Amino acid sequence: MSADKPMADERLAKVSLTKSLLQRPEVGAVVGLIAVILFFTVYADSRMFSLSGIMNFMEPAAQLGILAIAAALLMVGGEFDLSIGSMIAFAGIALGIPLVLWGWPLSLSILFAFGVAVITGAINGFIVLRSGLPSFIVTLAFLFILRGLTLVSLKEATGTTQLRGVKEAAGDSWLVEMFSGDAFEGAFTWLANMGWIDTFKNGTPKVQGIPVEIIWFVVLALAASWLLTRTRFGNWIFAAGGDPIAARNVGVPVNRVKIILFIFTAMAATLVATITVLEFGTADASRGLLKEFHAIIAAVIGGCLLTGGYGSAIGAMVGAVIFGMVQIGITYTNINLDWFQVFMGAILLIAVVLNNWVRNKAMSAH
Amino acid sequence: MSEDTRKPVIELVDIEKHFGAVIALAGVSFSVYPGECHCLLGDNGAGKSTFIKTMSGVHQPTKGKIVMDGKNMNFGSPRAGMEAGIATVYQDLAMIPLMSVTRNFWMGREPQSGFWPFKNMDFKKADEVTMSEMAKMGINLREPGQAVGTLSGGERQTVAIARAVYFGAKVLILDEPTSALGVRQTSNVLATVDKVRKSGVGVVFITHNVRHALAVGDRFTVLNRGKTLGTAKRGEITPDELQDMMAGGQEMAQLEGSLGGTV
Repeated sequence: MSADKPMADERLAKVSLTKSLLQRPEVGAVVGLIAVILFFTVYADSRMFSLSGIMNFMEPAAQLGILAIAAALLMVGGEFDLSIGSMIAFAGIALGIPLVLWGWPLSLSILFAFGVAVITGAINGFIVLRSGLPSFIVTLAFLFILRGLTLVSLKEATGTTQLRGVKEAAGDSWLVEMFSGDAFEGAFTWLANMGWIDTFKNGTPKVQGIPVEIIWFVVLALAASWLLTRTRFGNWIFAAGGDPIAARNVGVPVNRVKIILFIFTAMAATLVATITVLEFGTADASRGLLKEFHAIIAAVIGGCLLTGGYGSAIGAMVGAVIFGMVQIGITYTNINLDWFQVFMGAILLIAVVLNNWVRNKAMSAH
Repeated sequence: MSEDTRKPVIELVDIEKHFGAVIALAGVSFSVYPGECHCLLGDNGAGKSTFIKTMSGVHQPTKGKIVMDGKNMNFGSPRAGMEAGIATVYQDLAMIPLMSVTRNFWMGREPQSGFWPFKNMDFKKADEVTMSEMAKMGINLREPGQAVGTLSGGERQTVAIARAVYFGAKVLILDEPTSALGVRQTSNVLATVDKVRKSGVGVVFITHNVRHALAVGDRFTVLNRGKTLGTAKRGEITPDELQDMMAGGQEMAQLEGSLGGTV
């Protein structure tokens, strides 16, 4: 025994630095983020990393990130949801129609939209678990069903594919502040007065506050990461995705975990819907197009395995930031905007290969 | 050992199990005393799997009774079996390779601290217990956070065994724990079985390897075609006799002759 102890300690000292770092699922995303920042520092206009430039790319990153974090938890739990993009449009009208056409107050309309999300998520999960079909197929069906239902309802209600007049109907409820506009405006005015941030000629700061979706994004990322890594439910998510049979054998309520994750994903889409509907003042049948793929890409860049049981919420957050940075960053360079999709595809491919390599590295060698 | 005066922790009497027209078990009796390792031997298809699945509640016996503590038991599900203290470590292990040893060890029974809704999984306690339980089994983990996938096959078996023992197993059923292992890992697992037995748990050790059985077994029961060919105590039977019983006699003897006693 006594001879074994120091040996074990020696091994600990040797592997912990490189390997424990490599074992983290986020490592690929962080490396990617550094690479993307370096790329744009060299090739993009320096305004990209000014305060207003950062807010510029963080805004789309945040909207995507809210989806990506939920998609990441679901992927760790072993399932996909391809209907989140359509869910954004569907939740948009579930909010807009009661508010504008039925004359409901904003609070009730938002509650209604989230209620619809809970039901939709539960239906997705229920069908997947009951039928035993891959969630990929079931939610692909809902990608079309929800998008179609949105179109049908909007045309029925307004005759067009858009519902206007949300801002007027919402009035100046405090809820509008929670889901749209900027936060911490006072602090930014103060910073401007102190001369610490850029201002326009008349003294108002160029960046008047942090767009609220960024706050939602960061809070959600921290909460999801805590849930996944520090709680019992998080352990169940890993177990449900890693090996549902083994998990069931030791008493993990796998079905309940998965249905909750499907509901959570639909609710994340509804949060994005609420933010965009209040921001633009319209509900639109084409909103959220392709977002399901962007969210999954961000989650995969963030280290989620397509096979489930492995991944990270912080990784998905970083993945979404990379996504926003590349999307907006290109406009600060001389590169033609059409290259964006090529970049994202290439980053996805590199991320998957890198993650695979890292995982094999971490899992091999006893 | 004064086994005859002690009460078995579990006793199965004349168990029959029919699957439609197929009679998988035709009256098998079997008992396990606390602190003994009872080896269940038999060739493929002898009914070992059906028998342990009946013992653990996966199957319900067509006839016969299961007695624990003088009470007739009727396990409707594996869960009921687990709650009565019967833990099974299956060959495929119920371990999730990408999850850490601690996460696997506590899966489904995670300790919590803090207050609702901010209850944390108590990793401090979880890690400490995992490390010390594994150390009791003779494995010094590098760190409780290492993925189970980085462990060797024998070490994974040990995690599964340590988990079952820690969560109060009275009967530990090991389904061919050594069949996929190398020599050194096999001896580690056998050593673990010995430790578990000494802690008072009754071990049911399923194998078709006579040498592994003789290394740790206190009693040996051989199954053939759904029937017991008898139970022998340690020292009452030779490896050759066991081997012959398992193989059902002549063919094996002939084969052994031509292979020069190497099987």
